[in-house]
Order: sequence, then C-alpha cells, then structure tokens
Amino acid sequence: MTETTHQTGKRVYYRVWFQLLVITVVEVVVAFLPISHSLMAVLFTIMALMKGSLIAGYFMHLKFERLGFIYTLALPLILIVALAAALIPDGTVALFMRLGLGYY
Amino acid sequence: MTQEAIFEQERVLKSDWGGGKSPFGVSREKFTMWIFILSDAFTFGGLLAGYGSLRASLPEWPSRVEIFSSFPFINAKLPLMFVSLMTFILICSSLTMALAVDAGKRMDRKGVLKYLGLTILGGLTFLLCQAYEWGHLIHEGARLTSNPWGVPLFSASFFVITGFHGSHVLSGVIVLTIMAIRVAKGIYDKRGSYEGVEVAGLYWHFVDLVWVFIFAFFYLL
Repeated sequence: MTETTHQTGKRVYYRVWFQLLVITVVEVVVAFLPISHSLMAVLFTIMALMKGSLIAGYFMHLKFERLGFIYTLALPLILIVALAAALIPDGTVALFMRLGLGYY
Repeated sequence: MTQEAIFEQERVLKSDWGGGKSPFGVSREKFTMWIFILSDAFTFGGLLAGYGSLRASLPEWPSRVEIFSSFPFINAKLPLMFVSLMTFILICSSLTMALAVDAGKRMDRKGVLKYLGLTILGGLTFLLCQAYEWGHLIHEGARLTSNPWGVPLFSASFFVITGFHGSHVLSGVIVLTIMAIRVAKGIYDKRGSYEGVEVAGLYWHFVDLVWVFIFAFFYLL
C-alpha cells in the first residue's frame, strides 16, 4: 500500500502548521499597525481565508477529494464570508443615521 | 419483480446519486460530518455577520488591546498575547489531530492514542484559558447586558460568540475522549480502518477553523 507521502505525510502537516503560525504572527503584527480599519479588515479577511484554506485543504484533507465535493463545500463557505461582508454597509447606514447624517 | 424492474433498480443503485453508494466517493460518515460542519459554519457565520454589522453601526467600540492584556501569573500588561497563545494552542492541537489520523492510516494504535491524547490536552488547555478570560472579564464587571467600557453589546457579543465556540471545543473534547477510549479498546483495529477517528478529527479541525475567524475579527480587528 503506497501513499503519496509528498502530499499527505507527516512532513506536510508540520509544514502547514508552521505556515499557520507565520500567518498568525503576521496577523498580530498587522493588528498593531497604524493603518485604517477598512484596510485591516481586508487584510484579516485575506489572512483568515488563507488559514482556513490551509486547515480545510490539508488537515481536513479536502484538497484531495473530488472537485465536485470541494465546490459543494467551498462555495457556501465563501458565500458566508461574502454575506458577512455584504451586511457591513447596512451597518454603516445605521451609523450615519445615528450620527444624524442621513442615509449615506 | 420483473426482470426490467430489477435491471432498472440495479442501474439506479450503481449511479452516483441513486442511493447505492455514497456520493463524491466519500464515505457516508465523512459526507455527513462535512454537511454538519457546513451547517455549523452557517451558525457561526450568522453570529459573526451579526457582530460585524453591529460594530459597523456603532461610532465606537471598546479597545481590545486594553481589555485583553492580562496574562495569568504575569503582573504586566501583555496586549493580546494571551489570546494569541490560545490561538497557538488550538493550531497545535489541529496538528496533533492530523498526526493522529495519519497514525490511524498506518493502523498504529499506540500512535493514534498518543496524538489523540495530545489533542485532548490541547483542547482542555484552551478551555482553561477561555475560562480564565471569562473570569477576568466578569471580574472587571462585564455581563451579558452591560460592561464598564461603554458599549453594552461588546460583552454580549464576546460572551455569546466565545461561549458558542467554547461549547464546541468542549463537545469536541468529549467526542475525542470517547474516540480515544474506543481506540484503546481496539474497536478500529477490529474494523480494519481508523476512519472514525478521521471523521471526529474533521469536527476538531472545524473548531480550530472557526477560532481563526473569531480571533481575527473579534480580537484583532
């Protein structure tokens, strides 16, 4: 019974673990940077999706399943993130109204 | 049954979605767990989406750097370090879980037990850390409906989101403990496959995955 060890062996798991750690350190550093909130949100979204893809793809083995299965799961997951992002402008409308600035 | 009906039935059962086999070439157990994980992702997605639009509607939000700067046994202010440690612990537990599944593929019962044990330890440590955080915040005056930092919904979001996540960690620890007992009993050796451990591992990785988003969007942003 042979295994494609370069795809799913112990080494790959340690490498993914290290990549997750590096991204986490970058995240914490970004949190302390003097940049705008929106830019930070974009960066965190990208990094969180990267970490999520690493975990789902390699630890949960999703990368090596059938493409149809990957799409079945990945699409709703991406859409959830898109939903959360899409609701933000509605929140800012409420903010503008609270501050007495109207609807925009 | 007529011959035609039997042939038709066999044809249906051989097809991808006819019910004779599990779709996508994934076992039924694994497929079920993935669909459950998807539904759980909707739950957390809803909580985080609500939190996001809530924050977008408020002119100010308490500074996490100020509030989450305590560290057990250390008398200094270490902003966001303790929650970063919690993230590190969960990432490590995901690694040990993957190694447990890897050991299971080699039918290495002792290896599976070792790595499952480490994963359970990581989960318990995370829960202890979360309990410390809750205790610290409650001690400062944070409640479900109010807190000393001006925005009542801050502590509400904190307790609800981390509470939901923490209960998932707890149930994951319980599931993994039951799996470890079953592995020790040799149940999966007898079956010839450690796929049950892999399916339980999927749930554990999902718990880590959710924390990735909570860490980024509740604590850091």
